[in-house]
Amino acid sequence: MIWQQLQSIAGSYPLALRGLGMTVMLSLISLVLGTLVGFGLGILRTGGNRLISAVIGAWVDLIRGTPFLVQIFLIFFILPELGIELDAFTAGIIALTNLAACFICEIVVAGIRSVPTGQVEAALASGLSRWQRMRQVVLPQAMRIVLPPLVGQYVLLIKDSSVVSAIGLTDLTRVGWLVVQRVPNGLLVFFLVGLGYFIVCYPLIMLARRLEQRMGAAHGEVQL
Amino acid sequence: MLEKFSFRTIVEYLPLFGQGLVTTVWLSVLAFAGALAVGIVLAAMNLQRGRLFRMPAKAYIDAVRATPLLAQLYFLYFGLPRLGIILPELVVGILALSLNSGAYVAEIIRAGILSIPRGQVEAGVASGMTYIQRMRLVILPQAFKVTIPPLLGQAIVLVKDSALLSLIAVAELTRAGQLLASDRFMPAEGFITIAAFYLLLYYGLKGLAALSGRWLGLAGART
Repeated sequence: MIWQQLQSIAGSYPLALRGLGMTVMLSLISLVLGTLVGFGLGILRTGGNRLISAVIGAWVDLIRGTPFLVQIFLIFFILPELGIELDAFTAGIIALTNLAACFICEIVVAGIRSVPTGQVEAALASGLSRWQRMRQVVLPQAMRIVLPPLVGQYVLLIKDSSVVSAIGLTDLTRVGWLVVQRVPNGLLVFFLVGLGYFIVCYPLIMLARRLEQRMGAAHGEVQL
Repeated sequence: MLEKFSFRTIVEYLPLFGQGLVTTVWLSVLAFAGALAVGIVLAAMNLQRGRLFRMPAKAYIDAVRATPLLAQLYFLYFGLPRLGIILPELVVGILALSLNSGAYVAEIIRAGILSIPRGQVEAGVASGMTYIQRMRLVILPQAFKVTIPPLLGQAIVLVKDSALLSLIAVAELTRAGQLLASDRFMPAEGFITIAAFYLLLYYGLKGLAALSGRWLGLAGART
């Protein structure tokens, strides 16, 4: 019985591979974009301009305060009403990138604020420009605080990518949903789906843990 | 078109939204209570010396943290009937949320207990207290304080996660928005309204977390 079901599931491996590919693509693209935007927002928010800082803070709060599923629906169903045509994949990327950027912004702000003001003052006294101060003095020290939660955030991002199956993207979770209509063994099918995510996420969780221990122990410089 | 944004329809559907909001709140409360129970048991297992208890707890926590809630939800939703357990969608949803959040609660409780300085435990030992006495009189009262703000943070996550239950047809807040979106083809009205309701819950819980930090005298408590 189980054997037959396993064979039947194995028969749909092209679908499973496509789903895994979709999950990896969604996660990777939005991970890169989200990191870039998140760092930009974080640096802007600590930049000293009150208005910019308040606008970013309000936006981050809006995103942190609503379920990701609702954000996807808002983007997928409402942007077209505003005249912006987009397919499910683009909508998924926008939603995931925005989510990642907001959480990473918070992480970066915490990191930047952890750098002692004396460091910034010393950099000022040395005549470094604003950009030089950020790049050569503040960010390298902030990375010690930023890196462990950043990796943790990537795990959340990969997991959250499963929610885009709600707008019909065939990712790993959606594949499970499709297969379970044919092979009526939810335990087996979603165990395998879970295994797929586990293989990707677990090493990252371990990495985050090790980074946390190492950063906590040593106060030395961090190699980027 | 957004220039035709219909407040009248929103008002018309307000009872439905109200019902959804109430359902979201009480199912979250139940799920959080379940998560606390699961979390306490897991944390207790995880703090034992023997591997017999520690290993299964660690494995469970890692498995939950490395897989998406939606996959866990479908695992129970499609899997339980297979074991002959037929439950209403709502119960499956609450179960999934409890089992998922429980793993995170366990980590919060464990961190809280481990944050108590070793000297406190040693003083307890020196005073001739038993293990239970040390836990009850020395460690837990202090650990309780530091866990409240992160636990409220987890409650916020749980409320937002409960939106996923709409995907197994539980009539909660997000489902109400979907109904308006599909019945009247008004996704803007439906989803913006429920987003506002979720924000209400978010700011409520966030305020509570900030207040609790102040009451408990935790410096710089943030969630």
